[in-house]
Amino acid sequence: MSAPAMGTSKTAHSDSSNKKKKGPGTLATAYLVIYNVVMTAGWLVIAVGLVRAYLARGSYHGLYYSIEKPLKFFQTGALLEILHCAVGIVPSSVVLTGFQVMSRVFLTWAVTHSVREVQSEDSVLLFVVAWTVTEIIRYSFYTFSLLNHLPYLIKWARYTFFIVLYPMGVAGELLTIYAALPYVQKTGLYSITLPNKYNFSFDYHTFLILVMVSYIPLFPQLYFHMMRQRKKVLGHVEEYSKVE
Amino acid sequence: IKHNKKRQVEILDAKTKDKLCFLDKVEPNATIGEIKSMFHKSHPQWYPARQSIRLDPKGKSLKDEDVLQHLPVGTTATFYFRDLGAQISWVTVFLTEYAGPLLIYLMFYFRVPFIYAPKYDFTTSKHWVVHLACMCHSFHYVKRLLETLFVHRFSHGTMPLRNIFKNCTYYWGFAAWMAYYINHPLYTPPTYGEQQIRLALTVFLFCQIGNFSIHIALRNLRPPGSKTRKIPYPTKNPFTWIFLLVSCPNYTYELGSWLGFTLMTQCLPVAFFTLVGFIQMTVWAKGKHRSYLKEFRDYPTLRSPILPFIL
Repeated sequence: MSAPAMGTSKTAHSDSSNKKKKGPGTLATAYLVIYNVVMTAGWLVIAVGLVRAYLARGSYHGLYYSIEKPLKFFQTGALLEILHCAVGIVPSSVVLTGFQVMSRVFLTWAVTHSVREVQSEDSVLLFVVAWTVTEIIRYSFYTFSLLNHLPYLIKWARYTFFIVLYPMGVAGELLTIYAALPYVQKTGLYSITLPNKYNFSFDYHTFLILVMVSYIPLFPQLYFHMMRQRKKVLGHVEEYSKVE
Repeated sequence: IKHNKKRQVEILDAKTKDKLCFLDKVEPNATIGEIKSMFHKSHPQWYPARQSIRLDPKGKSLKDEDVLQHLPVGTTATFYFRDLGAQISWVTVFLTEYAGPLLIYLMFYFRVPFIYAPKYDFTTSKHWVVHLACMCHSFHYVKRLLETLFVHRFSHGTMPLRNIFKNCTYYWGFAAWMAYYINHPLYTPPTYGEQQIRLALTVFLFCQIGNFSIHIALRNLRPPGSKTRKIPYPTKNPFTWIFLLVSCPNYTYELGSWLGFTLMTQCLPVAFFTLVGFIQMTVWAKGKHRSYLKEFRDYPTLRSPILPFIL
């Protein structure tokens, strides 16, 4: 489930009131601020690219090609976030972050890039837009949090937009994988058949179907986790504004 | 010093602090195990194996052997109870998780219908290494089953019920995956033929004997019915001399056996299984090594957890 990349609730840029944990050092903080600013800028470039291409062509079709390179660059760049967790400058789980980033990278390279025929599908636009809006909000959220100056609007956006963006992204991803299936089966892409020296086989077509099936248990869990986070993070403010 | 005055025991729920049970006239030399049995009588759904009794709601579980009068409690002892959930005995788990691979592999070996194309139903492979592999795999799991029944002495009686599903998925799943390829009509025998197979078989058998020797040595460390822990040392059996260099040679030999089997079958799924098993055993070995170091001041410093000098 990668549509809006979730990020676990505990990030170094924690917006909850208990900052008991010692955050990253000054050097690490500076690096992270630069990283998050660059990523915010990158996804803004993609957003602008999409809008300009749409205005130029007058249609939604084939917008993928106009932002293909920055999408690949910045989405792949997110792999660094796994490193950040592993090294400890970001207190999120390596496994969870790894899983989220890898699923995005998988869709970008192993599906959209590899199966040329799906690149003109509208479903691609669906998840690209979802990812773009989500990442702009997420990376600016981290940037402001690191600078200890988080505007409520950004916090609100991060914990609200996902309600629509997440299902939207999932829909785009699933439809894209589904569209890729016939081409993968026809060409035997990334598949290994018997007999061979290492007595191993792999059917990418079946694998993609299993990936699609895995969304069924995973998506609701992640979605409701974000819902619970939302109540926890945004709920406080409502309590303070109510006078008993 | 409290003389032989009978005690009172109250058991509270660790989370809600509700009074669950009050026991009157408890002997001071009663053990936690006996108290668990008494608690079980008033709450039949919580058999002793699923009871965690502790002095502090967030503290460590007390052992069954702990004696009431040796605990830091007054004449009325207050204990906290946590339900560990449904439990299943280690023996049951081991038998189930090992019987599966034994039978599943044989199903693939005999090419039971619906696995391979119908024309291959109940046929046998033309490669002799496939027959050898079946014998080795079967021998390995029969050995494990017999060791579970007759050799191992378990420190814990039970484990949580959900473990059986996790463990069986792992063992049965990998067994099916490996067996599918080794017994496949399109199986390709090892590149270096008889030489490779002979070396692999030697490694496999050597490590099977080694692993068994370690299990026997560990069993002999512990008298029947006891849960004592002692440092294992090399015995007269040369296969145990590896104790000089390694804390958990049973895992070392197990890795060796599967490396042998991988070499014998030249099958990538077997290599994956070996790798995953190695990672898990390394985690266990490191844990065991650490607890040996913590428990015994004079623990030999030359020893590594699982691989001599390396890991």
